[in-house]
This record gives sequence, C-alpha cells and structure tokens, in this order.
Amino acid sequence: MEIPKIVGAGLVVIGAGIGIGRIGGSAMDAIARQPEATGKIQTAMLIAAALIEGIGFAALFAV
Amino acid sequence: MVFSKKSIHFIIATLVAILPLFGNANTNDTLPVKHEAIAVAEAGKTEVKELSEKDKEAEERKEFIQHHLLDSHDFHLFSYQDDAKVEHHVGFPLPVILWDGGLRVFSSSAFHHGEKAAESNGSFYRLHHEKIYKVNSAEEELTLNEEHHPTNAKPFDLSITKNVFMMLIVSLLIFLLFRSLAKSYAKNGGVAAGAGRFFEPIVLYIRDEIAIPNIGEKHYKKYMSHLLTVFFFIWFLNIFGLTPLGINVTGNIAITACLAIVTYIITTLTANKNYWGHIFWMPGVPVPMKIILAPIELLGTIIKPFSLMIRLYANIVAGHIVLMSLIGLMFLFKSWLGSSLSFGLSFAISLIEILVALLQAYIFTMLSALYFGSAVEEHHHEEAHH
Repeated sequence: MEIPKIVGAGLVVIGAGIGIGRIGGSAMDAIARQPEATGKIQTAMLIAAALIEGIGFAALFAV
Repeated sequence: MVFSKKSIHFIIATLVAILPLFGNANTNDTLPVKHEAIAVAEAGKTEVKELSEKDKEAEERKEFIQHHLLDSHDFHLFSYQDDAKVEHHVGFPLPVILWDGGLRVFSSSAFHHGEKAAESNGSFYRLHHEKIYKVNSAEEELTLNEEHHPTNAKPFDLSITKNVFMMLIVSLLIFLLFRSLAKSYAKNGGVAAGAGRFFEPIVLYIRDEIAIPNIGEKHYKKYMSHLLTVFFFIWFLNIFGLTPLGINVTGNIAITACLAIVTYIITTLTANKNYWGHIFWMPGVPVPMKIILAPIELLGTIIKPFSLMIRLYANIVAGHIVLMSLIGLMFLFKSWLGSSLSFGLSFAISLIEILVALLQAYIFTMLSALYFGSAVEEHHHEEAHH
C-alpha cells in the first residue's frame, strides 16, 4: 500500500514541476515579446505557479 | 559588478545571508564524541558496529531536525558539553499555562528540559516531545503504547511557547515600527524619514499593485489594514525563521491555519449578493449545471483558504528541512571536500530562502486580495449576455 502512494505523489510532483516550468517558459517568451509588460506578466506567473505549487504540496502531505 | 563600489555593503549582505547557517548548525555536540567512539572500536567488529553507529547518528540528525521544526516550551539557543561531559543548555524558560480543573501557571524550567516532572498545586506534569502530559507522582514515567505515544491525559495547554513568544515580539516590533513611521510623517510634513524610506515603497506597492488591481478602486480601502498586517507579519516571521534564533513560526500549521481562517472570515463576511449568487446559482449556465456547480463552488470557498494554509506552511517547512539536511551533510561527509561543498550549497539555498520568505508573504497577500476582490466584485455579466 505504501509504494503506490509514494509513486502517485512522485507523479503529481513531476506534473506540478512540468506545469510550473511551462508557466515560467511562457512568461519568458511573453516578456521577450513585450518587455514593457514585465510587471504584469510576472504577477500573473507567480499566481499561477503558486496555485500549482499548492497541489504539489498537497500530494506530498497526503503520503 | 554592481557591488564593487560598495564592498562593505556586499560583505554585510553576505554575512546576513550566512546567518541562518550558524543558527541551524547548532547540532548536538555529542556527534564528534560518537565519532571518536567508532574509531576506538575494535578492528574486527568495526564493520557491523560502524553501520549501526551511523544509523544512530542519522537517527539523531533526523531527530534534531524534527526538534527544530517543533514548537517548544522553552527558548533554547544552543547546547554544549563541558570537559566533564556534562550537557549544558543555553536559553531561557517560558511560562507554562495549563487549564486542568483550574488555571496552573509555572515556569517551563520546572521540567528540566523534559528530564523531570513539574509540580503545580499538587498535580504533576511531564514533557514528551514538547507536549505536556499529566502524571500521578513526580517519579512516575509516562505509559507509552506500541507506537510510542503516551496514553496519559493531556491538560489543555495555553502556554506562551516559543512560537507564541516570537509572534508577540514580532507584533510588538511591527506596532512600534509602523507607529513611529506614521508619526514621522506628521513631523516631516508628509515625507518619509529613516526606515520609512525603506517601508514606504513596500506599502505603496501593496496598495497600487496588489490591492487596487485585485479589489478595485471602490472597495480596496477597507481591506488594506488586513493585507498590510498579514504581509509584514508573515514576512518578518519568515525572516526571523532564518536567523540563528532557530524559530519556525510560519512553518507551524496551526499559525498558517489561523491566518487563512482570518482571510476566510473576512471574505465571507464582506461578500456581496453577487458573490453568493455565483456560488449557489451560477449565472449563464443551464439549470442542471447550476445544481452540480453549487456544491463544487461551495467547497471551493473552503479549499481556497486551505490552499493558502498549506502553501505557506509547506514552503517554510520544506525550506527549513532542505537547509538543515544540507548542513547535516557536513557532519556526514567528515571530509574537507564534502563539507565545503555542502557549505556552498547551503549558502546558496539560504539565499533562495531569503527570496522565498518575501515571495510567500507576497503570494499570501496577493491571493488574499484576489479572494477579497471576488467577494466584492460588481455585477457586470448582464452586458456580456446581450
């Protein structure tokens, strides 16, 4: 019972990592296209990253 | 390099960044002693023995990290062993306040760091993993079950623990700091002076970049006090958590839960008709969908503060564990190469932790503002449908 739990948590963390990575990458692209909107993009990026991070932590604590 | 002209500033900044390393490195002085014991052990038995000793050390390190993450009833700064191998603890006791058929107040020094039972009005109490249990006499030990949890009765604990103590200090600090700032505006004719030059832009940032865009010009004012208080409270506590004092307040789930509950209460109490309408009777979707969405939306209002609580708690705890484990590596490697590597690594991580301290305070404030904004949002769906 212990191993599937750990593997599941690992999968969730991988998913969360990919998600945050994609947010960061897209934010970089957006900033490169529109440097004047850097502040707004960063704010939106941080919020989205924080929401995904919450799911990652929830998975870790569920183990 | 930007810092080249201000080398003093750079050096001071580096020292400040290294501070947490000293704080977290207050490891038990028994570790080197253990190491000598291994060396002395006979050659034949070393292989088996060393493994078990290593396991013991690992266990000890784990316990030390866990101890750091826990709240405690006394303010423990560090321990050392003198030449006679007697353990000394440096720190100061905090008051213990119990409700056990009446108020009982005594100093936590009565526990002698968990070694003795404390006596108060004829009742005896023992400390086990920073929790207080009742025992019948001064000599009686706690009865443990198979999982090593005591089965003794637990009195209602209202003590001023390390976390409570630190929260009181930070509250006092914030109160005095911002009160003097407010007064300095009156004195200088509306211009910030001293520390105000540092804090004014932060306050303005919270107003102009967090409160107004998320809540709106019309309603933001009544939420500013909560947003500013929460931001500075979390930020100061996070920063204090990185100092050698070795406290872990925002990494205590009870405290982040209380902060999240306050946000939840404010959101719920100030919510307008439109907010409740979106929860129980979502406009613009077919009726069967409205019925399905209502419980999900209702659950969502609880999940939002719950995620606030978990995010702050998990980030701070994870940061402390990573930092302390890296410092633990120094004792594990016992070679100049490994130790200096893990020193560099923990230095880099502490720099990141300073960033995380600010970022988590910002995110908590930001998301709180977002939730307040959704609670007071004006009705503007009618135009969209036509």
